[in-house]
Parts: sequence; C-alpha cells; structure tokens
Amino acid sequence: MESVSHQTHYFVPQPSRWPVVGALALFCLGLGAALAVNGVGFGKVSLGVGFAILFYMLFGWFGDVIRESLKGEYHGKEDTSFRWGMGWFIFSEVMFFAAFFGALFYVRTISVPELGNFEHKLLYPDFAAAWPLSTGPGITQPYQAMAAWGLPAINTLILLSSGATLTWAHWGLIQGKRASLTIGLGATVLLGVLFLSLQAYEYRHAMHELNLTLASGAYGMTFYMLTGFHGMHVLLGAIILAVVWLRVMRGHFNPEHHFAFEAAAWYWHFVDVVWLLLFTLVYWL
Amino acid sequence: MSGKRILLSMLGGVGTVYAADFTFQPPVTPVARQIYDLHSLLLLITVTIFIVVFGVMFYAILRHRKSLGHRARPFHENTTVEIIWTVIPFLILVGMAWPATKAVLAQKSTRAEDMTIKITGYQWKWRYDYLDDGVGFVSHLATPTEALHSASAKGTHYLLEVDEPLVVPTGKKVRLLLTANDVIHSWWVPSLGVKQDAIPGFVRDAWFLVDKPGVYRGQCAELCGKDHGFMPIVVDARTPEDYAVWLAARKKLAAASADDPNKVWALADLKARGEKVFQQNCVACHQANGKGIPGAFPALDGSPIATKDKPAHIDIVLNGSKRNPAMAAWGKQLSDTDIAAVITYERNAWGNHTGDVVQPKDIKAARGGKA
Amino acid sequence: MAISTTAGHAPHAHGKPTGLWRWLAATNHKDIGSMYLWFSFTMFLSGGVMALCIRAELFQPGLQFFQPELFNQLTTLHGLVMVFGAIMPAFTGLANWLLPLMIGAPDMAFARMNNWSFWLLPPAAALLLISFFVPGGAAAAGWTLYAPLATQMGMGMDLTIFAIHILGVSSIMGSINIIVTILNLRAPGMTMMKMPMFAWASLITAYLIIAVMPVLAGVVTMVLTDRHFGTHFFNAAGGGDPVMYQHIFWFFGHPEVYIMALPAFGIVSHIIPTFSRKPLFGYTSMVYATSSIAVLSFMVWAHHMFTTGMPATAQLFFMYATMLIAVPTGVKVFNWIGTMWQGSMSFETPMLFAVGFVCLFTIGGLSGVTLSVAAVDIQLQDTYYVVAHFHYVLVAGALFSLFAAIYYWFPKMTGKMYSEPLGKFHFWWSMIWFNVTFFPMHFLGLAGMPRRIPDYALQFTDFNRIASIGAFCFGLGQLIFLYNMLRSIRHGQAAPHKPWEGAETLEWQIPTPAPYHSFVEAPHVEAGDNGVIHSMTGGAHH
Ligand code: HEA
Ligand code: HEA
Ligand code: HEC
Ligand code: CUA
Ligand SMILES: [Cu+2]
Repeated sequence: MESVSHQTHYFVPQPSRWPVVGALALFCLGLGAALAVNGVGFGKVSLGVGFAILFYMLFGWFGDVIRESLKGEYHGKEDTSFRWGMGWFIFSEVMFFAAFFGALFYVRTISVPELGNFEHKLLYPDFAAAWPLSTGPGITQPYQAMAAWGLPAINTLILLSSGATLTWAHWGLIQGKRASLTIGLGATVLLGVLFLSLQAYEYRHAMHELNLTLASGAYGMTFYMLTGFHGMHVLLGAIILAVVWLRVMRGHFNPEHHFAFEAAAWYWHFVDVVWLLLFTLVYWL
Repeated sequence: MSGKRILLSMLGGVGTVYAADFTFQPPVTPVARQIYDLHSLLLLITVTIFIVVFGVMFYAILRHRKSLGHRARPFHENTTVEIIWTVIPFLILVGMAWPATKAVLAQKSTRAEDMTIKITGYQWKWRYDYLDDGVGFVSHLATPTEALHSASAKGTHYLLEVDEPLVVPTGKKVRLLLTANDVIHSWWVPSLGVKQDAIPGFVRDAWFLVDKPGVYRGQCAELCGKDHGFMPIVVDARTPEDYAVWLAARKKLAAASADDPNKVWALADLKARGEKVFQQNCVACHQANGKGIPGAFPALDGSPIATKDKPAHIDIVLNGSKRNPAMAAWGKQLSDTDIAAVITYERNAWGNHTGDVVQPKDIKAARGGKA
Repeated sequence: MAISTTAGHAPHAHGKPTGLWRWLAATNHKDIGSMYLWFSFTMFLSGGVMALCIRAELFQPGLQFFQPELFNQLTTLHGLVMVFGAIMPAFTGLANWLLPLMIGAPDMAFARMNNWSFWLLPPAAALLLISFFVPGGAAAAGWTLYAPLATQMGMGMDLTIFAIHILGVSSIMGSINIIVTILNLRAPGMTMMKMPMFAWASLITAYLIIAVMPVLAGVVTMVLTDRHFGTHFFNAAGGGDPVMYQHIFWFFGHPEVYIMALPAFGIVSHIIPTFSRKPLFGYTSMVYATSSIAVLSFMVWAHHMFTTGMPATAQLFFMYATMLIAVPTGVKVFNWIGTMWQGSMSFETPMLFAVGFVCLFTIGGLSGVTLSVAAVDIQLQDTYYVVAHFHYVLVAGALFSLFAAIYYWFPKMTGKMYSEPLGKFHFWWSMIWFNVTFFPMHFLGLAGMPRRIPDYALQFTDFNRIASIGAFCFGLGQLIFLYNMLRSIRHGQAAPHKPWEGAETLEWQIPTPAPYHSFVEAPHVEAGDNGVIHSMTGGAHH
C-alpha cells in the first residue's frame, strides 16, 4: 500500500464535538445496560437516551466525514489511513468472534466429554455426553438441534450470492456502469434483509418447535450467541450498505474515490466468512 | 513489633524472623521435598544470574561515567556477543526444565493409591468423604468471630484451626478427588506439596503420602468470595495404628448420631439444633442477628418468607435461589433434619415468632420423596 | 518531493483553541496526550489509595477497618484501576504525545477518533467507581473476575463488565490510531528499521491490544449472559466449565501483561542510550526480541492455571513456552547493559529511573521464571509471592519507566525543566520504599500466605507490617512527584532546545516546547538505527 508520494500535508480535522458526545452516549448505554439487566426501571430510560445520543453522534460525525470527503480533503495518505484503519478494525472483530468460537471448541471437545467420562461418574452417574443433544448433566428440558440443510443452507446461499452481487456492484462502480452499481448494491441490501428475516423465522422455529433456547446448555448457548452476534453484524452491515446506496444515488463516489463503498464491502465479506465458519462449525459438523 | 525491631528486620538483618520464614514450610511428603529442592535450585540459579549480570552493569556504572571523564566508545553491534547471550540463557533454561519436568510428572502420577478421599469445597468450609470407609464430615473454621475483631485473644493457630481436621494415615498414598459446590476453591497444604483447585461440577485429583505424623495446616487458595480468608485446612497425619483407632471411633460416632427421619421433634429441641446449623452454614451471609448485609444478603429477621410463606421458605433453603446463586441449594448438603431445624430456627429466632415447627418429614415431602 | 515552503494553504492555520473546549473537542495529539497522562495519574492516585486501604487492613492480624467483602472489592478495583486506568492509558498518552514527533507525522492518523478514545476513559472509570455505591458494592471477584464467583456478585459486577466493554472500545481505537500512524505517516527517510524503539514497542503493543481486548470483551459478555440470560458458559450443569473462563481470560491476560511491559522497554531504550551518550546496542536484535516476546505471549497463557489440574502434557507445554520468554527478554536486558558498557554515563533522574527499572524488572522477571516452573508454581500460585512478582514488573517496571519517560520528555512537553534535586529524591525514595514494600512479599508467599485475604495467621505479621509501612512511605513519595511537576510547569526554568546532550531522536530536533502544530509538513530525514537523526530538512511547524 504505497501512498501517493507527492502529498505534503495530511488532513487533520478541526476540533470536533462528536467524540465527547459519543463518550456521553456510551456512558448512558453502559450505565443503562447495567441497571436494566438488574431490573432497575431507570436503566431503560438511560439506554434510550444513550441510543438517541449515539445516533445523533453517528449522524453528525459521519456527516462531517462525508462533507470533508466531498470537499476533497482526503488524498492518497488519508485514503491509505482509512484502509489500514478498517483492516485493523475488522481484525478486532475477528478476535471477538474468536472468543466465542473458542468457547464452542472448548465445550464440544473438552468440557462436555469430560463431564461424561469415568471420573465424573462420581458426580453424575447417569450422564452420558453427546453433542448436540445432551450437553450438560443439569439440562432437564429436552430440545432438538437445528438441522444444517434446511434454512441454514438457504441462508448460506443468500449470503454467498449477496457477496457476488456486491462484487458486481463494485465492478460497476469502477467501470462507471451505474446500473449494475445501483442494482447490485440494492440487491445486496435486500439479500441481507432476507437473510435476517429468515434468521428471525429460524429463531422462532427453534424456540417454539425445537424448544431450543439460550438456556439449553452448551449447544443452545453457543448456537444463539454465535448466530446472534453474527446476525447483529449482518444488520449493521446491511445498514451501512444502505447508507452507501443512498450516497451512490447522490453521486458521492467516482471510480477512483470510493473508500466508503470498499470499507462497507470489506465488512460485508468479513461477515460472510464468519457465516461460512458458523455454518460449518455450528450447524453442520 | 517495636520500631527498633522493624528497623532491624528492614536493614536486611534477620531481626525478629527466623531463617525458616524465608522459604517454604518444611516438606513432609516426597513431592513437597522435590518441590523444595527444585525451588532451592532455582533460587541459586536466579540469584547467580542476577549477581553476574548486575555485577557487569554496576561495574560499568562505576567506571564508565562522564564525571570520571570516561569517553563513550560508540560501538553498537556485535553478532558474536548477541549469539552468546541468546544461547547461554537458553541452555540454563534447559538445565532448569529437566528437574522441573520430573517434578511435574511425579505430581501428576495420582494413581496406585492406597485410599481415596473426596474433598468438596463449599462457601466457606470443606467436606471430606472417605470413599472407602463411608465416613464423611464437614470441617469449619474454629477460630471464634470475636477473635477476628480482637475482642478476644488470638491463639497460636489463629485462622488455621478447624473443628474437625482431615485425619490420614502416614505412609499411605492418599488420592484426593476434589470438587466444589458453588465457586472455585483451592485445597492447599504447603507441607504436603498439594495445591489443587476444586472446580464446581468437575472432579480433579491430586495425591500425597505423608511420612511424618503431625498436624499440617493450610488454607483455601482461590478467591471464593467473602470468607475466602476463613476456610482453613488442617491435616492430622497419624500412624496407621492410630488412624485405625480414629476411624473406628469415627464410624461409631456417625452411626450414633444418625437421625431418625421420621422422628417428630418438639419446637425447643429443633430450634436449638437449628441454631447450630445456622451458626455453621448461614451466619456468614445472613449474620447472627438475622439482619443480613444490606444490598448483598437479605435480612431473615422480619422477612416475609421467613415469617409467612412457609412453602417458599422451605423451597429456597432446599433448592436455592433462582435469582442469586449465592444462596445455594442446601438440600444437597444438609440432611432433612438439619434443614427442618434451621427453618424452624429461622421462623422462631430474632423478631420472628411464628411458633411454626417444620418437621423432617415435611422436608422429605418437599423433596418430592427424592433422597 | 521537497518540502520547501508552507505557503499557500491553510488547513492547519487554525491556532490553538482555548478554554474548556480546547480539551473537550481536542484533535491535537499533544492535548490529547496530556489529557491521557493526567487521567492516568489521577487513576494511579485512586488505585493507590485503595492499595493503602489494603495495606492498612493488613498491617496486623484481625479485622480492623474493612469487612471482608469490602476488602475484596478494594483488591479487585485496585487491580482493575491500576491496569486499565493507570498503566495502559499512560502508555497510550505517551504514544500520542511522542509518536508524531518521533516519526515526523503531522498528528495521529485519526485525530478526531483519537479524542473519542480518550473521552471514553472517564465514563468507564466513573462506572467502575460508581459501583462502590450500588447495592452489593463493587465487583469483588479479583481483577481476573473469575467465574463462577463473578456470577454471584451484585450490580457492581454488571457495571464493571460494561466499563470493560467501554475500555476495550477505547483501547482498540487508540491502538488502531497508533498502528496506522506508524505504518502510514512516517516522514520520508524514516524507514521501519530506522524507527525509534519506542515506536516499535508501541506498534507491537497496539497489535497485542487489538488482538486481545476483543477476547476480554467476549469473555465478560459470557459472564454477563451467564448472570442474566440463562447461558451456562461457566456452569457444568449445562456443559460449560469454570476453567474455560480462565482459558479465555488468560488468553487476553498474558498478552495484557506484555502490553504493560513492551512500551516500558521502548522508553528505556531511548533513555539509556541518551545518558550513556552511545547508540543503542543491538538495535536489530531489540526489534526481533520485542516481536518474539509478542508472539510467544500468545502461547503461554495457561501458566496462570497450573493449579486447575491440567493434564501433565499441557502443563509441560505451557511451562516450556513460558520459560522461553526469558530468552528474548534477556537479550533486551543484555543489550541495555551493552549500551551502558564503555559509555559516558551521567545520572539525571530519567537515567536513574531507567537503571532502577532494568534492575528491579529483572528481579521480577527472575521470580517470573521461578513461577513458570509448574511444579514450584503449585506452591506459589495465589500467594503473596505472585503479588511480589507482578509488582516488581508492574510498579518497578511499568510505573518506573513511566516516571523515567515523564522526566525525560518533560522539557520537550512543557518547555520547562523539572527540579533535578526533587527528581533524584523522588527516585531514591521510591527505590527504597518500593523494595521495603514488596520484597518481603516474596517471603510471605513462600511461607504460605495466600493473596486476596483480609486477615492472616499470626506468623505472617512481621513481614506484613514492614510491607504496610513501606507502602505508606512509597505512596507519600509520589506526592513529591506531583509537586515537582505542578511547580515546574509554572515556575520551572526554561528548558533548552535539547536538554540532554545525548538525545538524538527526531523530537529533539524541533523547538522546545514542542510547537502546537509540529510537522505540519513531513520533514525529510536521514536517520540511523533507533531513530537517530543525522540530518533533517523541512518539517514546518507553528
Ligand atoms: C508487566 C507485567 C508482567 C511481566 C513483564 C511478566 C513477566 C513474566 N511473568 Fe508474570 N505476571 C504478571 C505480570 C507480568 N509478568 C501479573 C500481573 C501476574 C499475576 C496475575 C494475577 O494472577 O493477578 C503474573 C503472574 C505470573 C505467573 C502465574 C503465577 C501464578 O498465579 O501462579 C507466571 C507463571 O509462570 C508468570 C511468569 C512470568 C514470566 C516467566 C515472565 C517473563 O516475561 C520474565 C522474563 C524476564 C527475565 C527472566 C529477566 C531478564 C532475563 C535475563 C537476565 C536472562 C537470563 C535469565 C534466565 C536464563 C532465567 N507471571
Ligand atoms: C498495574 C499496576 C499496579 C500498581 C502501580 C500497583 C501499586 C500498588 N499495589 Fe497493587 N496490584 C495490582 C497492580 C498494581 N498495583 C494488581 C493487578 C493486583 C491484583 C489484584 C487482584 O488480586 O485481583 C494488585 C494487588 C495488590 C495487593 C494484594 C491484594 C490482595 O491480594 O488482597 C497489594 C497488597 O499489598 C497491593 C499493593 C500495592 C501497593 C502498596 C501499591 C503502591 O505502589 C501504590 C502507591 C501509590 C499510592 C499510595 C498513591 C499515591 C499517593 C497518594 C494518593 C497520597 C496519599 C498517601 C499517603 C497519605 C501515604 N496490590
Ligand atoms: C453465600 C451466602 C449465603 C449463605 C451461606 C446462605 N444464604 Fe440464604 N440467601 C443468600 C442470598 C444472596 C439470598 C437472596 C436470594 C435472592 O435474592 O433470591 C438468600 C436468601 C435466603 C432466604 C430468603 C430470604 C428472603 O426474604 O428473600 C432464606 C430463607 C435463606 N436465604 C435462608 C438461608 C439458610 C437457612 C441458610 C443456611 C443453611 C442460608 N440462607 C445460607 C445468601 C446466602
Ligand atoms: Cu474457598 Cu477461597
Ligand atoms: Cu502470564
């Protein structure tokens, strides 16, 4: 990533109010969440206020960034910074998911088998370890596991094709084909929404027909936590892409200068890859 | 300790402390001895490294200073030296790893035991079950609460004394199976060279073979909540003959004190019994005056559950709280009689004057006939 | 690409903003750096007061001042506040202040986000401190927040969990900024293998932070769902395992201790060459040693868990891997001594702290190696020996290096000289009382005193008294530092351009105090190892 070498100054923004506003937002969110999980009424209020401030901050901050971008403040160096920044941000996300994949690995290959081994007959004479249907000696409510080759497989296809439509849109952007850009990007967002609707349907099915909940031991908790955090990322990605779509409609990008688009695309592909891992490790194997 | 003595010990003098205080407690098992020697070896190596390395540094500090007119020689690389000081530490480490590996393997060879004891950590006491002999009991801190607050004198074994020590025979390989009931505890007796976490819901093992009769003391070594500092371990190692005598006596005692689950108790008897149970199990949180600790542990004095809703009272003591795991399911630890007693006590102690008597058979019924 | 003039453009022409707004809305790396440093010092004092409460309670056997649950809260918050509030932000603050100056960058790569990273810290600290006042009090499960004890706590635990989330966001953003600044904004001529060691150390530290803070966020989230949403991550009934918490936590936790050590190594690698008036010995091997420490730090985490009962093979693996870290760390120690060897040394306060650092850090490192031997660790785990070990590497390590750094760069930051006699006094005072406080803890641990207990058996009394007296004296000494700083900022003598004869890195090439906007345009430099500047052209500032 060699930057443009003739650039002699680097854009440093003016003092900005958004960071403190954002800090206030997270304070309200943190406090609110801690109170809310303990059933203190004020918690919900604080959460609401926090979200309101957060959205205000996001609008304001991204608005500033977009204005600066349109004014032409960002050149080669700034662009490179954004690329590195986005890349490392995604790396941090990878590590967040790694914690939960690590937990899945651990319960499946270490703790559940151990609970069923000879030594532990001392504590649990009747427990026989099996994945996914018997994931803990204290799980009394029977549940069923989610089958891989129904909805999840369809969702895999959806996400994969959304990756393809996104790439198609990117090609359109680079080659100046506006139609493929707008249609491709729009289709990606819609596929994301479709994915989320199907996942919502899947959760309903899991909870009502399979009796599978967060409390269904090692299988239920890793299933919901992993797919849930992934779903939140799809939601976020879809919102980002929708914003990018709006910006496309307003003509914010040109073939050389469209890092916002690319960042959103990187994020989307990252979410895609996480899903493939999920599909393999949570549903399939 | 007087100011002068403090000064003495601070000046690097031995002062008030004995040489024995500067290292491990005297080991009494083969593994503990191995650890002791290993540590002495490590100490020797690390102190030597320190002296050599900092000898060189202080030499430079004394000689190569500007105030002495020393001129800097601006070299800044020397591959040979770099290789040497990478390889030598590596070799030292290999030398350390060898005896260390042997010690780890010795520690881990837990099988071929002569007897097995199951140890369960509770907040904040230990339960010992002699699996081969069917004897089991709970071991509590014996230091009175007044001594903590300096209202009474502190004995020699302040905080390291229990009402009922773990008695083991010398010369026998004892295998320990450890688990816990609520949070992680760690069973540690320094002289035995054993420290093993007791993990709730899991079983871990460890072993020791004491070769010298004596009383060895240790403590829980994993933060387990409020009274983590107050759950000591005392191991009383006796010759096999003395051990056999103790075991026989202990078995008889157990048979004699077994309760008849169908006995119908009078209020006063049950309340007296319940007070003892309460002292041993519940005071830590709910306090002797029944007022609890506001914000953390509810008051039982005047609580609706302890004065009105009897089934709820039985339920929470038997099955624990769904909301706060600190309130354990005591049904797993205490007998029907003990639970009946403690509930009766709570309903009639402090300002609670319900006059209710809960009989052991009520508890049996509440358990749904299950054990 | 010569950088001849600054004429003709105005993006940086805005002057120094004033008033409160300057700090709230700051985008200037120096302002943000200063805020980090002051915040960190405040946290150090609060954490220190908690430490003094601990030491007061432990002055003699019996319960004097605090009930056990409050004692546990103090221990927990002391650890959390010191680690996340004092040491980590201090290093980020220094990186903010110094990196752009050292590598010739106009500012941090994301100046606005930089401010957010900082301003997230006060809310997180507030959540932590508020938790003392909620029903049930603050978290009391140790700074490691081990489950399932952590699932028993009250609301204070939830506040702590969310505080950790916010701290995580802050330090990840801060680290992204550091990495991107270093990778992308170096002045022409400042190649990676010529960068000063502090830049290298910050780069690698930032990488560690991004790799492990999300893992910490993940594991405390699992505690949260175990507490409130019915999951069984750390509960055997549902197939979870309390030990899994420890694995995930220490996968974060061990790199975390190097996050608090590597920047210290970087700082010392500036100060020792300066005051030895010699280039750093073995620059290249320093870079490689730092990198290998970072890589190794991901493979040793279970040395904190030898007593959980892992299989022998796992114990051996983690033991060997841990011991191995002594090799690259040793290389660093030897390189520092190699730098001092045949130098022309003088011992101003920064150098005193740096030498003190090398000496005491090594003691902590050697006790670390003792702990790494699994069989011996079985006797020492969760005793005061461990407390002694980590205060040698954290207080005499991280904290001393920070003092060294502040004294060293104080003239450049403020344009004033600090009082040298007071600085020297601060060093000797700290050096003596530090050892009085923490050296006896080795003996306490060996003799069998567990950590995290509010009361102890009688045979531990003497050493505890010594430690408590030492702690109060050590703490008092820190007020001297505060006084020296405050007084010198106002009334200190004006500092010369380059107060240290041997200082050769880029930040010493610009005026003192560093102008508000240094390097508006990238300077062109010719540099040697460790960022030593041979010549510089351009680099306008105002
Ligand atoms: C800055 C922080 C820091 C640093 C740098 C280190 C460095 C090291 N630490 Fe430490 N450690 C902590 C902070 C740190 N630690 C903390 C906070 C805890 C406790 C956490 C808790 O439970 O709350 C802890 C706990 C801890 C334990 C667990 C103890 C227990 O709970 O049972 C272990 C065990 O292996 C360990 C080992 C080491 C080792 C081998 C090093 C090595 O990196 C040291 C390497 C350095 C040297 C060895 C000296 C210089 C080298 C030479 C001069 C070369 C020659 C030397 C030889 C050949 C030996 N540490
Ligand atoms: C990261 C850095 C760091 C730092 C800098 C310190 C600094 C100190 N620590 Fe800390 N400590 C930890 C990290 C740190 N600690 C961690 C991670 C733990 C483990 C927690 C756990 O178990 O979970 C721990 C645990 C710990 C314990 C064990 C507690 C227990 O197990 O119950 C003790 C006990 O003595 C202790 C003492 C001290 C002391 C005396 C200082 C001193 O250096 C502090 C000096 C500073 C001051 C005193 C403040 C400045 C002065 C004033 C505000 C003026 C007022 C002063 C006077 C009037 C005298 N620490
Ligand atoms: C480790 C701490 C601890 C110990 C020991 C403990 N309890 Fe509790 N107890 C609690 C907590 C915490 C609650 C609150 C539970 C809740 O909020 O659901 C509680 C609640 C109760 C209640 C219900 C009170 C109410 O009004 O809601 C009763 C009754 C009770 N405990 C009895 C006992 C008895 C009997 C014992 C001993 C055999 C005991 N407890 C030991 C922590 C403890
Ligand atoms: Cu039990 Cu600590
Ligand atoms: Cu470690």
